[in-house]
Amino acid sequence: MENMTNNQVMLRLTQIHKKFDELEVLRGIDLDLKKGETKAIIGPSGSGKSTLLRCINRLEIIDSGKIEIKGRALAQNNSENVAEYVSEKEARDILSCTGMVFQQFNLFPHMTVMQNLLEAPVQVQKRKKEDVIPEAEELLRKVGLFEKRDNYPSRLSGGQQQRVAIARALCMKPDIMLFDEPTSALDPELTGEVLKTMRELAAEHMTMLVVTHEMAFAREAANQVVFMADGVIVEQGPAQQVIDHPQEERTQAFLKNML
Amino acid sequence: MDSLLHTVVLMLEGTQVTLQIFFITLIFSLPLGLLAAFGRLSSLKLVSRFMEFYIWLMRGTPLMLQLLFVYFALPMVGIMLPDLVAALLAFTLNYAAYFAEIFRAGIQSISRGQYEAAKTLGMTHKQTMRRIIIPQMIRYVLPPVSNETINLVKDTSLIYILAMNDLLRVARTIVQREFDMTPFVVAAVFYLIMTAVLTWGFKKLEAYYGKYDQ
Repeated sequence: MENMTNNQVMLRLTQIHKKFDELEVLRGIDLDLKKGETKAIIGPSGSGKSTLLRCINRLEIIDSGKIEIKGRALAQNNSENVAEYVSEKEARDILSCTGMVFQQFNLFPHMTVMQNLLEAPVQVQKRKKEDVIPEAEELLRKVGLFEKRDNYPSRLSGGQQQRVAIARALCMKPDIMLFDEPTSALDPELTGEVLKTMRELAAEHMTMLVVTHEMAFAREAANQVVFMADGVIVEQGPAQQVIDHPQEERTQAFLKNML
Repeated sequence: MDSLLHTVVLMLEGTQVTLQIFFITLIFSLPLGLLAAFGRLSSLKLVSRFMEFYIWLMRGTPLMLQLLFVYFALPMVGIMLPDLVAALLAFTLNYAAYFAEIFRAGIQSISRGQYEAAKTLGMTHKQTMRRIIIPQMIRYVLPPVSNETINLVKDTSLIYILAMNDLLRVARTIVQREFDMTPFVVAAVFYLIMTAVLTWGFKKLEAYYGKYDQ
């Protein structure tokens, strides 16, 4: 098991700026994610937190700033202060150590649970199916869905689908997991099972960046909490400090509304 | 009785021509339609515009006119095609345009989340299309493709104007010679059998591709 005090920076964002048309949704974001750390990003909707997460794996393209993953630059400013990305091939290589879980699960509906897990390791990593199957089975056991391995996603509840989506991302053996509001599309009674899986991952010191509205999760499972509003980071620090004793007025106002 | 048998034998020969046009058109126009759909969706403006024009032209003019054009107008500019090839060219270009629009709608109906999931799993655009998007698209497009395919069976009868002996033309020739309407009834039965087989086949395909949705 990795040492939690390991200070290796897995992800570094420097002065990230991003506009949608005229609206500046990210206004100079700096953020570090250390190995084994779980960092939760909270904030009102429209604060840019999902966009920030989606910028990390180029689902959104930044206007300026620098994105480094495990020390390798995915994008950085040229002499005119405009972000330039590495080639598509290199980007895929740099990002191969990241996995993502979406609000809407985005499982492949035409594939069974097992096929969903095998798809990328076999097609992308060119691994042998027989070698991946035992690992996939192990992951399905871990998220408690081994018996659903031959079902199609449409037969699963939202919570089950999201746990499969987590297992699918983990099957690529990522070093960094990105979660984009993983429980927001779920009925309240189904969020618990997904949060439990994420807590277990955090306890195993998976490096995680989680955009969430679940304050209890942020407080208990995250090491660090980042509060974002209007495209900037307003406050960040140890989870309990930020949530229980916020320093900034806007953080206080936001948290008051959440309770 | 003997004459009915003779009629049926003649009409089976006509059916061969009909089926030949049908299958060859289908084999060429489906992949061509998929290519045209990708062209239509291309981020390259020139390609997209060209495909838009092609689809507009093919859907905006009668198939009969297109057949006449290929058959009579092309030879005037020195392009001589055998009868069958001329007919196949017109049919293929026409049906590819219809299939292109069906495929385009099918591709666009797949949610962006599917592309994003594939991208975050490291899949290339080609892998995403081949493994994720097209298999899902097939399910959506089967009903409209089935419609067009049944239309094609009946549209093949237009080649009578090119003096080719397809099922309907053979029937008409016998009717005019013998003053007996039976061949028309036989032709109708033949068309119905062909479309029934197609309907059954597409139903099976829809069940196969829809199995993950139940």
